Amino acid sequence: MHNATVKELSAGLAARRYSSVELTRHFLKRISTLNDTYRCYIGLDEEASLAQARSADGMLAAGRGQSLTGIPVAQKDIFCARGWLTTCGSKMLSNFRSPYDAHVVEQLNAAGAVNLGKTNMDEFAMGSSCETSWFGPVRNPWDVATVPGGSSGGSAAAVAARLAPAATGTDTGGSIRQPAALSGICGLKPTYGVVSRYGLIAFASSLDQGGPMARTAEDLALLLNVMAGFDARDSTSLEREREDYTRDLGKPLAGLKVGLPKEFFGGGAAPEVIQAVEAAIAELKRLGCEPVEVALPNMKLSVPVYYVLAPAEASSNLARYDGVRYGYRAPEYGDLMDMYKKTRAQGFGEEVKRRILIGTYVLSHGYYDAYYIQAQKIRRLIARDFAEAFKRCDVIMGPTSPTTAFKLGEKMNDPVLMYLNDIFTTPANLAGLPGMSVPCGFDSKGLPVGLQIVGNYFAEARMLNVAHQYQQVTDWHTRAPSGIEI
Amino acid sequence: MKWEIVIGLETHAQLSTQSKMFSGASTAFGAPPNSQACAVDIALPGVLPVLNGRAVECAIRFGLAVNGGSAENVSRRSIFARKNYFYPDLPKAYQISQYEMPIVKGGAMAILVDGKEKKIRLTRAHLEEDAGKSVHEGFHDFSGIDLNRAGTPLLEIVSEPDMRSAEEAVAYAKALHSLVRWIGICDGNMQEGSFRCDANVSVRPAGSDKLGTRREIKNLNSFRFLEQAIKYEAAWQIETLEGGGKIEQATVLFDPDRGETRMMRTKEDAHDYRYFPDPDLLPLAVSETWIDEIRTSMPELPDARRKAYMASGLSPAQAVLITSSREVADFMDHTARARGSDARLPDLTNWIAGPLSARLNEENLEIPQSRVSPEQLASLDRRIADGTLSSKMAREVFDAMWAGEGDADAIIEKRGLKQISDSGELEKICDQVIAANAKQVEDYRAGKDKAFNSLVGQVMKATKGKANPQQVNDILKRKLVSRA
Repeated sequence: MHNATVKELSAGLAARRYSSVELTRHFLKRISTLNDTYRCYIGLDEEASLAQARSADGMLAAGRGQSLTGIPVAQKDIFCARGWLTTCGSKMLSNFRSPYDAHVVEQLNAAGAVNLGKTNMDEFAMGSSCETSWFGPVRNPWDVATVPGGSSGGSAAAVAARLAPAATGTDTGGSIRQPAALSGICGLKPTYGVVSRYGLIAFASSLDQGGPMARTAEDLALLLNVMAGFDARDSTSLEREREDYTRDLGKPLAGLKVGLPKEFFGGGAAPEVIQAVEAAIAELKRLGCEPVEVALPNMKLSVPVYYVLAPAEASSNLARYDGVRYGYRAPEYGDLMDMYKKTRAQGFGEEVKRRILIGTYVLSHGYYDAYYIQAQKIRRLIARDFAEAFKRCDVIMGPTSPTTAFKLGEKMNDPVLMYLNDIFTTPANLAGLPGMSVPCGFDSKGLPVGLQIVGNYFAEARMLNVAHQYQQVTDWHTRAPSGIEI
Repeated sequence: MKWEIVIGLETHAQLSTQSKMFSGASTAFGAPPNSQACAVDIALPGVLPVLNGRAVECAIRFGLAVNGGSAENVSRRSIFARKNYFYPDLPKAYQISQYEMPIVKGGAMAILVDGKEKKIRLTRAHLEEDAGKSVHEGFHDFSGIDLNRAGTPLLEIVSEPDMRSAEEAVAYAKALHSLVRWIGICDGNMQEGSFRCDANVSVRPAGSDKLGTRREIKNLNSFRFLEQAIKYEAAWQIETLEGGGKIEQATVLFDPDRGETRMMRTKEDAHDYRYFPDPDLLPLAVSETWIDEIRTSMPELPDARRKAYMASGLSPAQAVLITSSREVADFMDHTARARGSDARLPDLTNWIAGPLSARLNEENLEIPQSRVSPEQLASLDRRIADGTLSSKMAREVFDAMWAGEGDADAIIEKRGLKQISDSGELEKICDQVIAANAKQVEDYRAGKDKAFNSLVGQVMKATKGKANPQQVNDILKRKLVSRA
């Protein structure tokens, strides 16, 4: 069962070949055996999961099943789920049991999906390797000495190791796409505003976006159908008609113009990564796609711009963790100021503190114009570059990550090197565009490579179409890491 | 040296909305601690603000009201920003406010200074959310936090430094207080903190056009404190400067018990609030249609009403009194309508601003709850004007009305209060009084005016106060002269 896609499991449940309770137990058993190895899950509540499975079986029996009814889905621990510990990978929230459901969780619950558990992540989604988690790093199922990527690395590793058929993630600067690439699965970051941020613990509000992670483009479409939708509780949620993201999956790709930004292929990425991506593009050409060269001249500025804006927003978003109302509070302190200082010094990890410091600095009097305002201007230029590029093509492609999975600890002492992981993913966040990663091969060490597809605003269905057609003629997404059988 | 005092006010008016600025929780005052704080107000992880449209409408109403109904000062696009600082009663550790692009820019308020109108220019008015409250009483070794008030919508109204005395500042604050209630955007309850002022005070040598260094007095929640605090602060600054000292920019608190201002913090330890646009909220766009809708729903403004009253014979001071609230002005208009075409507005003002408002104050009532209706007051005034009632009797009728005995005619009838204007009867009584008071008559004739008053008193006593005093005067004088 664990090698099946969501689509297949959905059919199995509908045909009563197994129940949701059986399916859920199957995954829970795998988790209890393998989680010590991969550490993808940091929050499990078997009773709660099984209760949801039972109610899903009820829905199915009553003929009220939908495509996700009874399907176990892993939740990134950044989404608030009522009654569940929701930690965001931080000591600061290690005792925070959410009294409410995020919009995404609400939607999945209403569709009858089963919350299989909360997945590990970089602390407050700040990281590209899952090493900043207070709960310890996640291991990449393809090589446990390497990282799965981040920040949604727990979700990515869980799907790769067949410890969940699908998972939720969030992407602020690449946090869905990069771990999807490094872990050999699919991940989609929708257009900013398509998935409500209500109940998604904020890192950088103007960039954060939730999205699905699974093994096939088709599964992503099924999940996005449930996760997307207007929510009045998020003022940046877009009021649009519901769409069926599976509607274009079968469309032929003939005549599709694929933009290839020279900046994506200009030496920033490892040769083996470029090779795999070029092979994928050759495959797509055979399917009728037409490559077009495009330019994103300001793309090189996206990492510096991102690392001004995201920390600026984070420094303010994370100020609420002060030990006053909930979450961690230092056990001993003197006066109020001392309580604040000790609570935050003890409750946050190094990377979070680094970003709070950067963010506080760039917003400070006298620096605001030089950093924050300047970065906002460049952000608009980056969006304009994409607008120009999309006049000449339908989708843009390139590598998701400059390298395949790197060794645990390899970049932890060099933040700038770590930040450069985001070079190909941050532009889509800055422009608010949808982006996804699809497995497109392996390097000589047997580590997966991801192909990134960036679409114009609301082009999710088209992107999923491209990825789905590609997956009809390739089998990278069906490969499984060794060592995951129990 | 002669000094000039320069004052600008920043006023926080709590907007009359059912729910909070960015959440659905109730804004009602006085609920048990933290019973009106929802997930958004507590700033749980993952929650987001959603702007209350009614609060924006209030701000637009204000913008129109201070700009003669023209919306040039209403920003069609304004931005919410985060003001970052740590405090236990500020759950997000930032306040959502407006910084560089406020919803209202400019406008003016008219105040009366020595009977003359003076314009106080407004710099801006912006929307923001209130913080919660720290509670120190009743706890040992720690403080309590009540977040009921957290997120309550406020309009911060900032004036130019156009006031030159504590009296002008009070007149401005009162005019503003009246206006926000008039247009229905704030209940004006100062005890509950719905309307509070910060005063920026500086002094400079008379004739100088350079502003002195200012100190800001925080959180003045009564007109009396506002006046006292400014007077104390200005005197202190003048004394300091005359003693060779320097004024340092600072924020101070007024201690009403000691009547003094006390230093809170200097500019050096002022916060860097690190304002930046709130990414959770889109820029606020205000459409022409919306502005037009709001304009249509606006009442006639107090300035226009005040001018109309002055044209009907009210003094500027009376006109200010009657326009102190829309309810008072409406009561006046209602009374005048009931009184008919020969209503004299100054007479009605004397009743409304005098006995009626004294009674309301005594019983802690607002004018809509007055026990004397406009119709009743009109019936009373009619009987004074036609000579039926003396002013003394009128007071008695008013008191009876207040006690619920009906309208003027019923009370006059019931109590037999009709003024005696029958000159035949009065002449008879005057003759009797003259005859019975030979001594006083003699004194009067000897030039002692006081003796005359005593005679009038005797007549009034004999008629149980029902005689028309003017008539008694005339008759007595005539009789005393004719007999000389």
